[in-house]
Amino acid sequence: MKEKGWKDIPIGGLILEPGNAINYKTGSWRTFKPVRDEEKCTHCLLCWIYCPDSSIIVEDGKVKGIDYEHCKGCGICSTQCPVNAIKMIEEAKEG
Amino acid sequence: MGKILGLTGDEVAAEVIRQINPDVMAAYPITPQTEIVQGVSQFVADGLMSTEMVRVESEHSAMSACVGASAAGARAMTATSANGLALMWEIVYIAASLRLPIVMPVVNRALSGPINIHCDHSDSMGARDSGWIQLYSENCQEIYDNIIQAVRIAESKEVLLPVMVTFDGFIISHAMERVEILDDEEVKNFVGKYKNPYPLLDISNPVTYGPLDLYDYYFEHKRQQVEAMERTPEVIQKVGEKFAKISGRSYDLIEGYKLEDTDLVVVAAGSTAGTIKEVVDELREEGVKAGLLKIRCFRPFPVREIKEALKKAKAVAVLDRSASFGAEGGPLFLEIRSSLFEEAKKIPVVNYIYGLGGRDISIKQIRSVYQNLQRIAQTKEVGKLVDYLGVRE
Repeated sequence: MKEKGWKDIPIGGLILEPGNAINYKTGSWRTFKPVRDEEKCTHCLLCWIYCPDSSIIVEDGKVKGIDYEHCKGCGICSTQCPVNAIKMIEEAKEG
Repeated sequence: MGKILGLTGDEVAAEVIRQINPDVMAAYPITPQTEIVQGVSQFVADGLMSTEMVRVESEHSAMSACVGASAAGARAMTATSANGLALMWEIVYIAASLRLPIVMPVVNRALSGPINIHCDHSDSMGARDSGWIQLYSENCQEIYDNIIQAVRIAESKEVLLPVMVTFDGFIISHAMERVEILDDEEVKNFVGKYKNPYPLLDISNPVTYGPLDLYDYYFEHKRQQVEAMERTPEVIQKVGEKFAKISGRSYDLIEGYKLEDTDLVVVAAGSTAGTIKEVVDELREEGVKAGLLKIRCFRPFPVREIKEALKKAKAVAVLDRSASFGAEGGPLFLEIRSSLFEEAKKIPVVNYIYGLGGRDISIKQIRSVYQNLQRIAQTKEVGKLVDYLGVRE
C-alpha cells in the first residue's frame, strides 16, 4: 500500500472508509501459527465466534480455513476449540 | 438592541453560554471557575437553556464527555481552572488531535503546589503546546466577546480546533464590571448551527474516531494540525471583523495601545493590560513615549503582527504571569524574543515575571518597568535580562 501525504488523508486520524482494516496485513506479527485438523473439526464455529481478527474463514456454516494474512497468532481459537482440533505451532519450527 | 448589565467575569461567561445554548455542557466546578458551572446549571434547571448539562465526577470526565459529544456532532463546551485543567490534560490533547471544536473558558489560576486558588497563567501557559487556540481576555467585556467569537473560530472549516478563552481568576472572574450584552437572537444567529463534517451519529456514513496511529501516519496528522493553526490567524481576524458589525467592538490578534509613535513598549496578556493602560496614560501626560502591546491570541502566536507592532520600539519589556522553570524567561518573553530574532534592527527585550499565585501588581511597579526601559533606550545596556516584579528578596 502506497502511503499518502498529509494533504491527502482525512483530518484527526479519522477513518472514513469502514472495514479498511482488511488492507492492513498483520500476519507477520505471528510467533505461533494455528493449524487446524480437518479430521477432528466438528464445525461448531466457536473459533469463528472468538477470533478477534475475523480470521476464521467460514463458508456455508463450515470452517474452510484460516486467513493467515491477518491472523496474529493469539491462540484464542486453539484454547476455545472443544475437540483440540487447532494446534499452535511455532512459526520458526514450522519449516 | 442588547442591554447593559453589571456582571462578574464568571457570570458573564455563564450568561454568554446561556445565549450560545450549546448542545452539551460537561463541567466540574473548581475555584475560581465554580460560578460558571453554577450559573449554567441554574439556567438549565430554570428551563432557560436546552443544553444537556452533564455533571461529571472529574475534569478528566468533563473533557472526555465533550470529546464524545463533539465527535457525535454536538456543540460541546466546558470550563475549568488550574488543577482541573491539569486533571483533564490527557483529553485536552486528544480534543485538539481529533480536531474537535470544543470551546472552554479557562479561569486562570496558579497550579499547585503549594496549593493556591489565585491568579497566574501557569495553567493555560502549560497547555500552550496542546494544540488548542488560546485567546486571553483583559476584562469582563472581552470574556463575553471572546467566547462568542471562539465558537465561530473553532467551528470554521479551515480551523476545526478547540479554543480556550482565558481570563484572570478573581481579578476578573469575581470582579463586577459593566458589560454590553447582545440580544439572544443576535448571538444565536452569529454562532449559527454547528455542523460536524464527520459526525459519529451519521450511520449512513460510518466513521472511526481515535484509531491507533503509529509511525506510518501519526506524523502526517501532526503536520495537518500545524497547518490548521497556520490558517487560524486569518479566520480570527475575519470573525473579529464580523463581530464588530454586530457589536461595534473590533478584535484582532493583538491590541496596540498608543503604539504609533512609541519608544518604550510593555507586552502583556490578561487583566494586567488594563492596569498598564493607566500607566501609559500617566506617562504620556508626562511626555514619555510609552505604549502597550496586548496579546489577545497567544496560540497561534501572531509573529508577523508582533514584528510590525514593535518595529519602532527602542526597548521592550515582556510581562509574564508564569515562570518557565529552567528556561531563560517566561513563555511570552521567549516567544516575543524569538519573533524579533531575524529582524535587522536589534531591539532590546527584557522580561519580568510577576503576579504568581495572585500577587498583586501595582501602578508603581509598572512605572518602574517603564523607567528601566527608559534607561535601556538611553544607555543601550540591557542589564538584567529576566527580573521579578513584586517578589520579596
